[in-house]
Amino acid sequence: MSTDVHAEAQVHDHGHGTAGDHSHGTRSDLWIGFAASVVLTALPFWLVMSGTLDKQVTALVIMAVAALQVVVHMVYFLHMNTRSEGGWSMMALIFTIIVVVIALSGSLWVMQHLTTNMMPMHEMSPAP
Amino acid sequence: MTIAMGSMKAGEPVFYVVDEHEHAEGHSTMLGFWIYLMSDCLIFAMLFAVYGVLGGKYAAGPAPKDLFDLSLVAVNTTFLLLSSLTYGLAMLAMGQSRVGAMMAWLVVTGLFGLGFLGIELSEFAHMIHEGATPQRSAFLSSFFTLVGTHGLHVTFGLIWLVTLIVQVRLHGLIESNRRRLFCLSMFWHFLDVIWIGVFTVVYLMGMLR
Repeated sequence: MSTDVHAEAQVHDHGHGTAGDHSHGTRSDLWIGFAASVVLTALPFWLVMSGTLDKQVTALVIMAVAALQVVVHMVYFLHMNTRSEGGWSMMALIFTIIVVVIALSGSLWVMQHLTTNMMPMHEMSPAP
Repeated sequence: MTIAMGSMKAGEPVFYVVDEHEHAEGHSTMLGFWIYLMSDCLIFAMLFAVYGVLGGKYAAGPAPKDLFDLSLVAVNTTFLLLSSLTYGLAMLAMGQSRVGAMMAWLVVTGLFGLGFLGIELSEFAHMIHEGATPQRSAFLSSFFTLVGTHGLHVTFGLIWLVTLIVQVRLHGLIESNRRRLFCLSMFWHFLDVIWIGVFTVVYLMGMLR
């Protein structure tokens, strides 16, 4: 019984620590994140400015690289992990990602159909 | 955490925590601020959706290719990325309680932020001078809304940064100032994350159109 209470108290403490116990990351984390970001920023700019690949492939690559860079920033600059705040920041992040994906893909999808089904007016630019 | 046992009659279940445990000052600030950032993320997601829908509607006006200067955007991106690095260095200095180094890095961060805003504003001024105003087309309305909202965030981040520099000068590196600096660091890094979306979707994809 007494060990149970003790274990519970420890778990509890973990969730209610002071602001001071937050991870600020290490120097190597910061430099790894920065180096990765430099590469992941330079690559899409170079691809678009030089036009090495054709447009379709370039678009796919730069979107993928941007997604990767967002993850790098989240992990190395914002120090996201599954443990901070007892897992609640990760929960909030996952919830936000779900809402963002639904809202973004839904808006683009619905509006794309709306544009396609519109009565043809004067010259219309193609939907993105 | 103590659940009252002695005061209760035997056999009666306890449904609540009887003694209120200590909450350290600011213990929930980080989670609260993170949730604010997530809500801010939703604002930007909506603006990105608007840009995604309207970004191709030029109304026979100027297109991204006529307006954007990628090398300028590259400089801007570099400034913001470097400011993220210098803020990270400031936070490391704060962890070691080296106030002087921390303040120096904060000032450098602020200067990069100012440089970013300066370039962005001159870009806007140049576009408006050429007649590419927000009223010109749906593309330009959504462009100015999205990029302008990000710029406003950077502006308020800078005001916050200056405020905290003054705070640290007046009161030193006390616990609440550490907490505030940590919140601003999350805000600043978050703005850099949003900028990844902006330069990719607006500028780079715009040039591919």
